[in-house]
Amino acid sequence: MRYLFEIVCLLLLVLAFVATQVIGNQFVFFVGFVILQYVVMATAWNILGGYAGYVNFGSAGFLAVGAYTSVALINFLGVGLVEQFVFGGIIAGLLGLGTGYLTLRLRGVYFAIATLALAIILETIVAHWGYVGGAAGTSILPARKPELLGVLVVDRKAGVFANYKEFLFFLMAGVAIGSVWVARWIERSKLGRGLNAIKDSEEAAECMGVPTLRLKLIATTISGAMMGVAGAPLASYLTFIDPLSAFNLEYAVNAIAMPMIGGTVSWVGPVIGAVLLGGAQQWASLFISSELNLLIVGVLLVIFVIIAPGGIVGWFKKSR
Amino acid sequence: MAIFIDLLLNALVVGILLGGFYAALSIGLAITFGLLDVVNIAHPTILILGAFVAFVLNSQVGIDPILAGLIATPFFYGFGWLIYQLYYNSFEKSGETDSLRGLAFFFGLLFIIEVGLIIQFGVDHRLVEAPYIGESANIVLGEEIDVAIPYRLLVAFVVATIATLAIRAYLTKTFFGRAVRAVAQDMMALRLMGVDPIKVKRIAFAMGVATAGIGGALMIIVLPIEPSVGRLYIGNVFAIVVLGGLGSISGTLVAAIIIGVAESLVSTFFGPSWAPAVSFGILLLVLAVRPEGLFGKTAGGH
Amino acid sequence: MTRLFNKKMRGLVFSAFVAAAFVLSAPFATTAEAGSHAKKPIKVGFSMALTGALAGGGQQALLGIELWAEDVNKNGGLLGRPVELVYYDDQTNPKNVPGIYSKLLDVDKVDLIVSGYGTNLAAPAMPIAIEREMAFMGLFAMDINAKWKYEKYFSILPAGPKPAEGFSQFWFDAVKKFNPKTIAVIAADAEFAQNLKKGAVANAKAAGYEIVYEENYNPKTPDFTPIVRAANAKKPDLIYIASYPNGSTGLVRALAEVGTEAKAVGGGMVGLQFAGIMAGLGPMLNGILNYDFFVPEPTMNLYPGASELIARYQAKVKAENLKVDALGYYLVPFSYANVDILGQAVNAVGSLDQDAIAEYIHKTAFKTVVGDVKFGANGEWEQSRTLVVQYQGITNNDLDQFAKAGTRKIMLPADIKTGDVDTFNAYRK
Repeated sequence: MRYLFEIVCLLLLVLAFVATQVIGNQFVFFVGFVILQYVVMATAWNILGGYAGYVNFGSAGFLAVGAYTSVALINFLGVGLVEQFVFGGIIAGLLGLGTGYLTLRLRGVYFAIATLALAIILETIVAHWGYVGGAAGTSILPARKPELLGVLVVDRKAGVFANYKEFLFFLMAGVAIGSVWVARWIERSKLGRGLNAIKDSEEAAECMGVPTLRLKLIATTISGAMMGVAGAPLASYLTFIDPLSAFNLEYAVNAIAMPMIGGTVSWVGPVIGAVLLGGAQQWASLFISSELNLLIVGVLLVIFVIIAPGGIVGWFKKSR
Repeated sequence: MAIFIDLLLNALVVGILLGGFYAALSIGLAITFGLLDVVNIAHPTILILGAFVAFVLNSQVGIDPILAGLIATPFFYGFGWLIYQLYYNSFEKSGETDSLRGLAFFFGLLFIIEVGLIIQFGVDHRLVEAPYIGESANIVLGEEIDVAIPYRLLVAFVVATIATLAIRAYLTKTFFGRAVRAVAQDMMALRLMGVDPIKVKRIAFAMGVATAGIGGALMIIVLPIEPSVGRLYIGNVFAIVVLGGLGSISGTLVAAIIIGVAESLVSTFFGPSWAPAVSFGILLLVLAVRPEGLFGKTAGGH
Repeated sequence: MTRLFNKKMRGLVFSAFVAAAFVLSAPFATTAEAGSHAKKPIKVGFSMALTGALAGGGQQALLGIELWAEDVNKNGGLLGRPVELVYYDDQTNPKNVPGIYSKLLDVDKVDLIVSGYGTNLAAPAMPIAIEREMAFMGLFAMDINAKWKYEKYFSILPAGPKPAEGFSQFWFDAVKKFNPKTIAVIAADAEFAQNLKKGAVANAKAAGYEIVYEENYNPKTPDFTPIVRAANAKKPDLIYIASYPNGSTGLVRALAEVGTEAKAVGGGMVGLQFAGIMAGLGPMLNGILNYDFFVPEPTMNLYPGASELIARYQAKVKAENLKVDALGYYLVPFSYANVDILGQAVNAVGSLDQDAIAEYIHKTAFKTVVGDVKFGANGEWEQSRTLVVQYQGITNNDLDQFAKAGTRKIMLPADIKTGDVDTFNAYRK
């Protein structure tokens, strides 16, 4: 069947919706949201890192740009979530484009360090921007009874969703499924082949006529935009945001570790990595302690990088 | 006007002292990244580890932090030796040039060390006690103009300069040192001369990590340390190595002082919260304009 | 690359999803027990800074709450049921707070919530408390309800109805005798310090002082000498500082290193009340004019009942060799009162109905270990009861000198003062 993938996507979306209606415990959605957010981040990172071979250390920066765009918009215009997604994506996408331009001459590790530098500079700027709370941070209370096109979206009794967390979860599920679809589409397109050529040997690709600069710019823009969209609902989800939480290096590490552990070659790897690693971290923070989160990530990253360079997907491929 | 000169002079002096201190932090990376092309992004975190070792020795046993740093150095050497073994066997041996995996390896290492420190020591800031911490010398230059030289910075500067010059001497004057510099440029020639390049690389890498022992001790003398501080220094340290030019130790020293002064000036006139952005900003600028840095060889082969 | 879409891969992905879903939902599957309610404990949930910058306060606060739980359970508990404390370490990181309160309410299913210690850690919990319509007691949270005007919030902070100004009011009164004209204001870029700074600036303007230097510093700043120098360059008569422990220690050290000509330094420096920090800084504290709530001065009778509690606390710390603040002056009586008021309200109302509890707390004058407490608008105290003290006579880094009178003499309120304000440098050699 030609559209089997798309059908499965829709089914999953429906499943997510059903889950919000059936499961009563809010904490499930609290955790589910985090994992879905990581699916998006890992997938976005992989477009640049896995397909094109350019390592982005500053993923947290793009995510935070999305988050803070939302905060600024909420303070300024009081916009709803959908608009936040759109604008968060746009601004982060522009940032990605700009990053692409700045780093066009850099290869390999210099690019990675430049992205890290960018993230820290952004964090310093945001920490000085009093309008969105500065270093102290700010609290956001989501609209108590939001409406969309006349339909009461969130309300304990009468809304489509019983509470805000379920709404965010569902939106994020949509975004996650969408981002995976985009990644798969890129993978199978000329863009994906071009990116792979860049990864194997940029000089050779250029010699063969691949428009490396243009492809790199497209990749950084899409990757950045996706991360921005992932970050847009962060403030509403946490109800509190400050530069430390938005620019948290956790996001940067996980964005790298999840695809590397899952497998960087295709869209499947980041998803597996996000679900397994994200799930493991949430479980650990619940039952063991919250520091162990990062320890798990670090250890797994090192182990996988040494033993299973292709990630879980690569491991499966080999064992076939 | 006098006030301005006073502030400026103080900022300059502190900047230079800070620069020397930063040089001590970066020299290890100058060796591992600059000469060996191994992207040890975990270097700042290993520095923090060194800082905590100095802290433990200072608070439990009462040893002066610099002495503690010197004691720790051979252990860090061994640690670096082991890391390189692991790194080499996993990545370089097979001839793969996929720097992504190497990068990820060190990234993971960074996190393991940092989280390990958090679990062991908690997230509180730690300090060491020493007679020279908290005092400063005051030099009066004129009416309303006096320059204060905090001893903790002076000590760090002196130790750092000694270390830097010593390492530079080693790398230029001794056979082995020159072998280290050669191994990055032409491994085959080195082999032909009867030197095992892998052994050279391993020892050089271990040396780079060994500097973290004393570097970390200097860190905790200069300011309070807690486990996640390392991340702030990643940019700093890489900026210095890149600005100085990969492969040039004296370049590292010069670059460190430039960055130290820049940070200090920004701190004094714009507020200290802008300081981290300074080093990263300079880094970006350098990468955009002249990636080979001030003293590095022209780009090619990276 | 592209031939991975066979059934095996897709099956793997799907099962991974399902497996993860199972793993994550398992703990929540244990839903409410339908058993009898008698003797089922009442759970009080909160986050607390057990590690991180505010741990010096958080740990003593926790012990204060535990002492309360002991007392309550000895007297039959709340509504005849035993009290159980459920808490998590927020590591002094505001980011952790919403997650913790979500966990407390949805997983641990606590019946009552109170805040952790401090403005920065209490503020992030407000939206959740508001969303779940729960009564919320804030421990030492500076003015966090001004934004929300939540009717079920109550603050345990003796700063009075306008907390930001009331907090620094006495300090400004104390420095009048120096006839100052100029003031420098240094504040951490964090919720508490910023709120406090607004109040201080208002007080300064009302007194007609010129603000010659104003600087917000990033809480992670490691070196404060540039700030002190820059402030000194403007030659202020006064330096008002609103800081958290990191900044407080850093600034005290910087002042020791750089010195200053200002006549009065201090104001709203949190952390200088913690035993560990006081002992660590020692003589560097001499001359600092700061706020405080409870000091071992002979006239300290603002809070009858507190002394006994503190003695109990100190005995317990010693007996069990606990690694917490040895003195317990700062937070123990207040963290006890925090939960005590909630407990009294629950018993008086006879149920866990949050609306009824809140209403009761609003209209009642409570007798607590920190004296009479009556809440006014926004849940703040009707009266201000902060002290202004001046550190002096500290000779070394021993903790004992801080447990005796004389190292922190009370300047204001006038009816219990034990000393007169003098300039900062008068106490420094």
